[in-house]
This record gives sequence, structure tokens and C-alpha cells, in this order.
Amino acid sequence: MSQIPDIKKWYISNFETFENSLNGGSLKPIHQVRKEAIADFSKLNFPTTHDEDWRFTNITPLLKHDFISGERIKLKHKEIKNFLFKKISDNLLVFVNGHYAPEFSKSKNLPEEIKPGSLADEIEKGSEIVDKYLGKYANCKTQIFTALSTAFTQDGAFIYVPDNLIVDVPINILFITATGGKKILSQPRNLFVVGKNSQISIVERYVTLDDGIYFTNVVSEIVAGENSIVNHIKIQEEGLNAFHVSRTEIDQEKNSNFTSYSISLGGEISRNDVNSKFNDEGGECTLNGLYLLTGSQLYDTHSLVDHAKPHCTSHENYKGILDDNSRGVFNGKVIVRKDAQKTNAFQENKNIILSDNALVDTKPQLEIFADDVKCSHGATVGQLDEDSLFYLKSRGIGEDKARSILIHAFASDVIKSIKIEPVKNYLEEILERRFNKEIS
Amino acid sequence: MLEIKNLHASIEGKEILKGISLKINAGEVHAIMGPNGSGKSTLAQVLAGRKEYVVTSGEVLFEGKNLLDLSPEDRAREGIFLAFQYPVEIPGVSNTNLLKTAINEIRKYRGEEQLDAMEFLTILKKKMKLVEMDQSLLSRAVNEGFSGGEKKRNEILQMAVLEPKLSILDETDSGLDIDALRVVANGVTKLRSKDTASIVVTHYQRLLNYIIPDFVHVLYNGRIVKSGTKELAFELEEKGYDWLKDQKELVEG
Repeated sequence: MSQIPDIKKWYISNFETFENSLNGGSLKPIHQVRKEAIADFSKLNFPTTHDEDWRFTNITPLLKHDFISGERIKLKHKEIKNFLFKKISDNLLVFVNGHYAPEFSKSKNLPEEIKPGSLADEIEKGSEIVDKYLGKYANCKTQIFTALSTAFTQDGAFIYVPDNLIVDVPINILFITATGGKKILSQPRNLFVVGKNSQISIVERYVTLDDGIYFTNVVSEIVAGENSIVNHIKIQEEGLNAFHVSRTEIDQEKNSNFTSYSISLGGEISRNDVNSKFNDEGGECTLNGLYLLTGSQLYDTHSLVDHAKPHCTSHENYKGILDDNSRGVFNGKVIVRKDAQKTNAFQENKNIILSDNALVDTKPQLEIFADDVKCSHGATVGQLDEDSLFYLKSRGIGEDKARSILIHAFASDVIKSIKIEPVKNYLEEILERRFNKEIS
Repeated sequence: MLEIKNLHASIEGKEILKGISLKINAGEVHAIMGPNGSGKSTLAQVLAGRKEYVVTSGEVLFEGKNLLDLSPEDRAREGIFLAFQYPVEIPGVSNTNLLKTAINEIRKYRGEEQLDAMEFLTILKKKMKLVEMDQSLLSRAVNEGFSGGEKKRNEILQMAVLEPKLSILDETDSGLDIDALRVVANGVTKLRSKDTASIVVTHYQRLLNYIIPDFVHVLYNGRIVKSGTKELAFELEEKGYDWLKDQKELVEG
């Protein structure tokens, strides 16, 4: 009974330590935001399975650990090089245990108007963009993990693309945790602001150097300005003893086009929230997801597309492949508000279960208050199709390869639509490695 | 090449094949005819290794090996091909990818070199001419959105590429218009050789105008009730199957 309040006390007492460590930093306007957030945090409770939004996800294991903020440590290049995508690592931001690592970060062939970097530096500089946007979209009044993130806001990736700028090379962001045996809490706080008529692609990747117990609590806020095109890929490959809680909030302005991929492979317990809101007409939002779960992994994804304005289109396509005793949760909510006429909203969640013990709870939710709209949703949970398997085998293809082919085929529409070749190839390789036993 | 001895098979506890014996030599084409529900497709599926069908007794030897001990993929690798009555649609798997994987898996089993992309394409193009298949179907997903005729043609294309020793055509003719039927039959006829054999399962005599069988067997109620040459097919066309049912009852009586 006393466990949960204790862990809250733990984080609150850590806040004092954190505050003292800031020195002059506590005089910045952001510190007021932090203090309000810790107040919110102390009022909120960690969710239990009695909370509708956490019904299938019991986070008790996460609350058993006294996580501490990760220290700034130096890694060697050889420790990170395997995590870099070939050909697209010219523009790279690296964070180690939540702290910006300028020694690995670099940019090349970027227009000079854009300087991807660290949020800490921007705060230090007194950036107007930070003051204007940070914390505006990821509200912490109701969500305790966001309150925790906001209270400890310190560092994360910062990208500001001014108006009328097409960035045609992707920005690659690598978040590495190196626990060194400590129970580390990393809280990257990312802010991506894309101006009018601009375009950018951002790839976030979360990895670890060891199989220690740690906790990544990440909040990203993305502003897609008028007529902008924003592609966002998030690949979560945390260790199998790690916890990962992630929230991405997207503000979509007039005629903006936002595409996201949430690829989830790691983590003992992970939760991924992606919420997009159309704040003006003509927007398009595509949310893709792929989760591959094994062992006793639990992955919970929640999405919300808020059609607040008319003439917007959203597509959502999440696919899950679950093996062993793993568990998946999909909750996809689409709200079409009263004024949002001529909305098109499509949602699909399909799952393949490869074992007798894996389980998926899927819940599409459409709330429609307008009358002239086209909306659809669908969810399936099933096994590999026996007829297809037999067909492939009858052509001389062995059991493992046949299964691998069908799993590939299942995941292929999500992967094939990724426009960044090295990322697409990497995900193809992962599928190949996991499911084609002849190769591994 | 193939010897079936007193084969009994059932599905979900219901016996469908009730003692089939059949011997097929290289170079021969055997037609298996019979009314609906007589067990024709079951025989085809059992030979291909569908696990839903349980062989309760009997024996099947393929080139001296016990076929029933082999997995479906090993049967294919040994040289058995089943052209499905209802080919499966597999979204996300391209026709070309399926064929290339299949041919290389078979070659690996036989200890042969893998084909590279160019070698494979050369073979594929040659075989496509044989079945008059449109190139655009290759990049499409296996059978997805194919017409009935395209699906059957695709089965024959796969057969042509994989070059089986024994091909089993399960009602490949049903639902085909006369042009598609001619193309399919033509493909099969061109692939005929003294080293290969075919089992042609059909409901109608029509296909046998194009693929001339050496032997015709009539399956009824899970047993072969009459065997003969191609003239038997004409007789069946003329008289239907009822006279055989009567005959069967006489034999049993």
C-alpha cells in the first residue's frame, strides 16, 4: 500500500537535489514551468489498472525501482558506431543517459538556417522558441509521466526549421543508455518546431549498451506549421529489462502533412502515446506503427487524432507481431468534433500471434460529432494463415522460411512505405534476423 | 514413379479415402474423374502432404521413398507439384519472390547451385511464354486480385518453373473459359516428357481433349471403381456417373 506514495516521495526529493544542481539555471523562465510540474506531479497518482487508459498495463514493476537521473558520461566512438544508420548519419545528435554528447553530434550539408542541437543549450541561450512552445502541447495536469518529465526538464533534442526551408536529408537522433549497473532514469525532452512551407524528416532511435534496468521517460512536442511536411520515425530498441514511457504530441497547422512511424522492439514494459491535433483545415496525418514482441514484453500504444477542424484526413495503420508470452495493447482514438465536416479518418490495427500464450487487447475508438464525414476502423488478431503456409511449403519452401515470408508480408506495408532507405533496410534485416531461423 | 497401396485417409474422423491403389510410371498421364465428394481433391491434398488429412492406413511410395514420411516441402523438393484447385492469395509476397525462393530452396535440397537474379529471370521469361502470362502479374502479390483464369495460369507457371517429376493438377480446368483452358492444357502438354508423370484430377471430360491421358480412373466414394483408357472418359461424358454407382453396388453386393 505504501509503495506508490514512497516512490512519489522519492522523485519529489530528487527534485530538490536537481534544483540545487541547476545553480543559475533556476533563474530561467523554464524553472517556473518545472516547479508547476512538480506540484502537478505531487497531486497526481501513478496509474493503476483501474484507470481506463492503463487498464491492460500494470506498471507496478516500474514503480519498484528507485531510479536516479543519469550522469553525463563519455563513451567511445566504437561503443556507438553500431547504432548509426549507414549513409544517413551525417546529421546526427547523440544523447547519452539523457545528456547531449556534442563529441558525437555533427551536421553536414544542412542549410545554415537550421542547427539541430540540444535543448539544454537553447535554454541556456534563452531561446524564444523554447519559451513559446515547450510544454504547450504536452499538458502535465493529467498525466503523471509528463509531469515528471516537465519537472526535470533539462535536455533533449531541439530542432527548429524556419519558414520556407526544405531539409532534404534526415536528422538522426540517437538516445543511448549506458547504465554501468546503476538504475538510470533518462528523460529526454524533445522539441521540434517546423515553420511554414518547410519540410523535414527526423529519425529517433533509443538503444542501450547493456541489459541493465533503467527507465526512459521521453516527451516530444512537434509543431507542424502551415503547409509543412514533417516525417517522424521513432525506433524503440531499449534493453529487455528497461522501461520506456513515451509521449509525442503533434500540433498540426493549416494544410500541414505529418507522418509518423512508431517502431517498437525493446523494453520490458513500454508505453507509446502519439497524439495529433488538427488546429486548422486541410491537414493530413498518417500514423504507422509496428511492434515486434517476444519473451514477456508488454507494449501499450495509445493514439489520439483530434479532428478539431474540417477538411482533414487521418490514416492510422498499426501492426503487431507477438510471440512467446508477450502482450500488446492498442488503443486508437479518433475524435471528429462538431465543426469538423468533410473529415476522412481511417484506422486499422492488425495483429499476428505466433504462440499460444501471447495476447493482444485492441480497442479502436471513434467519437464522431459531425455528420458529413468518412470514417472507418478495423482490428484483427489472428495467427499465420495455415492455407498460405501450406501453399508455400508445397512449393518447396521450408517451414521456417515460409513463416518468415508470411511475417514479412504482414509487416511489409508499414515498412515499405518508409521513405528513408537505410531505415527501411534495417527494419527488413531485423525481421529477417528474428524470424528466419536458418540465417541466425 | 508413384505407387499408392490401399490408401485410407480421413479428415476430422471422417473417412474420405477408403482404400486406393494406383501405380504411375514415368511418362504417363493419369486422369482421375468422379462425381463431387468422391475424394478426388482429398487424394491430391494427401499426396501433397496437407496435415489436416490423416492417413489411417496404406502406403505411398515415390521413387521408392516413403512419401508419407516426408514434410510437404520435402515432397516438393523430391519433385511433386500440386496445382491447387483454389490457389491461395498471399498479399505482400510478390509472385517473383515466391518463385525465386521456391526454386532456390529446391536447388539447395538437391545440392545444386543457387540461381542468381539474372539466371532466374531468364528461366522465368521463357516459362512465361509457355503459359502466355502477362509480365505485370509477376510483380504483383501472389494471386492477389487475379481472375480465376490468371490464378490457374499462375499455377501452371509455377509448375513450369519448378519442373516437377510428378505434377498433380487438381481441377485446374474448372471455371476456365475455353481460351484459358487451351492455354493451361497447352502448357501442361509441352511440359510432358518421358521422365515426368501427371495426375489430372477433373470433373469434366473437356480438359482431356487437350491433355490426352494414358489412363482414366473413376473415383467413387473413396475408391477407384473403374479404370480404363481415354475411351472411358468419353463414356463417362455420355452416360454420367450413375451407371458406375450401380456397378459398384453390384460389386459390393
